[in-house]
Amino acid sequence: MSEETMPISLTVNGERVARSVPVRQHLVDFLRTELGLTGTHLGCEHGSCGACSVRVDGVLVRGCLMLAVQTDGGEVVTIEGLDATGEIADLQAAFVEHNALQCGFCTPGMLMAAAELVRAGERRTRAEIRTHLAGNFCRCTGYHAIVDAVAATLERRATGGSKRV
Amino acid sequence: MKAPKFSYVRAGGLAQVLQLLQENGEEAQILAGGQSLLPALNMRLAQPKLLIDINRVDALKGIGLEAAHVRIGALARHAEVAGSPIVRQYLPLIAQAMPHVAHLAVRNRGTFGGSIALADPAAELPACALALDARFVVASSEGRREIAAADFFLGTQATALRPNELLIETLVPVRQDRISVFLELARRHGDFAIAGLAFQLLLEDGIVADGRLAYFASEDRPTLGLRALAAIRGQRLGPATAEAAVAALAGDLAPIDNAQASAKMRLHLQGVLTRRALAEAQARATEQAGSP
Repeated sequence: MSEETMPISLTVNGERVARSVPVRQHLVDFLRTELGLTGTHLGCEHGSCGACSVRVDGVLVRGCLMLAVQTDGGEVVTIEGLDATGEIADLQAAFVEHNALQCGFCTPGMLMAAAELVRAGERRTRAEIRTHLAGNFCRCTGYHAIVDAVAATLERRATGGSKRV
Repeated sequence: MKAPKFSYVRAGGLAQVLQLLQENGEEAQILAGGQSLLPALNMRLAQPKLLIDINRVDALKGIGLEAAHVRIGALARHAEVAGSPIVRQYLPLIAQAMPHVAHLAVRNRGTFGGSIALADPAAELPACALALDARFVVASSEGRREIAAADFFLGTQATALRPNELLIETLVPVRQDRISVFLELARRHGDFAIAGLAFQLLLEDGIVADGRLAYFASEDRPTLGLRALAAIRGQRLGPATAEAAVAALAGDLAPIDNAQASAKMRLHLQGVLTRRALAEAQARATEQAGSP
């Protein structure tokens, strides 16, 4: 069978892009190989590890579990986009402050997932933070420092402190 | 790994989906939420010739209260079901189950109909559908039919759906006189369950008048605990009644044995959950009786 392709047009991190893509290409391969957005990582490539987390049409998804053609007409935000807008600058700083990353492979996905909790703006218990992040694997930190960083960010935002740490 | 080559059609309407299914039969796969299909494609466990993407078929969307039942469109995403005021008010069993369905990112894409049609033995929603006596509306280019949940699940990822049929919607009867309890055990929150149950009980003055006890993640399909129910029907809820249910459960379940848990362990865990669920039902009944 020959490689079937399809033209798609979408917004990625606020910029319009149009490409012809193989119909079997998943969103992360499209982002990384076609657009050079290598912040989104591929770990397991079957939906278990969460390293590929991106926002599609406003909600968090597994980038490896969507075909690129499915985002035609849609809006994708990757870790590069979140970084550029400053939406999670305080969360990123808290990750550094609390040593919430070592090798950094899981970090973009972890930040994408934590961003959902942070933008909801509600106080959360550590148990709730752990449950929320249960879909993202980290093989270095043991998670404790990640929970620390998210909890600290939630606390700062709840007390009306500066978004910056 | 990467998915094998396939053809892809983004369906614009239901008639087109049904026609493609009629023409391609088992060589076609429906792409709904894709949260099980994409892993299967990436691992090359599935190699369909044609993917029919139904995500833009509006007729399959939505959740609504209609007379005596709630209609859940096949494309209703788990996150949408979890956040639905209708589900929370009229289908508390499903509302309780939802946080256990995978992880947030998966719930944002995965669909109610996809979970039913895939029929994974460890999935929560088939068990809920069985406990709630739901009916599934399926369609082909030849017409529509309804299948009761009790007749739908035939084995591991096997259902009564024919190759030319599509699950359109689920109709769940509203029974507000019932108490619902959902419990499951998984190694990590959101992972596949290794034991789980979905109960719907009718209690009259603390006595079990009727109910449906569905168990999942132990058999190759969601299974009703008929002997367990018989053991508690007409009895007052309490520790002795719970023990009778647990004893009878061995006659209802013949759990699968695999690397995640042995058959013996699964049966034990289903018993543990049964005790907890009946205690929970009793506590809720007491709570409801106490409130005006």
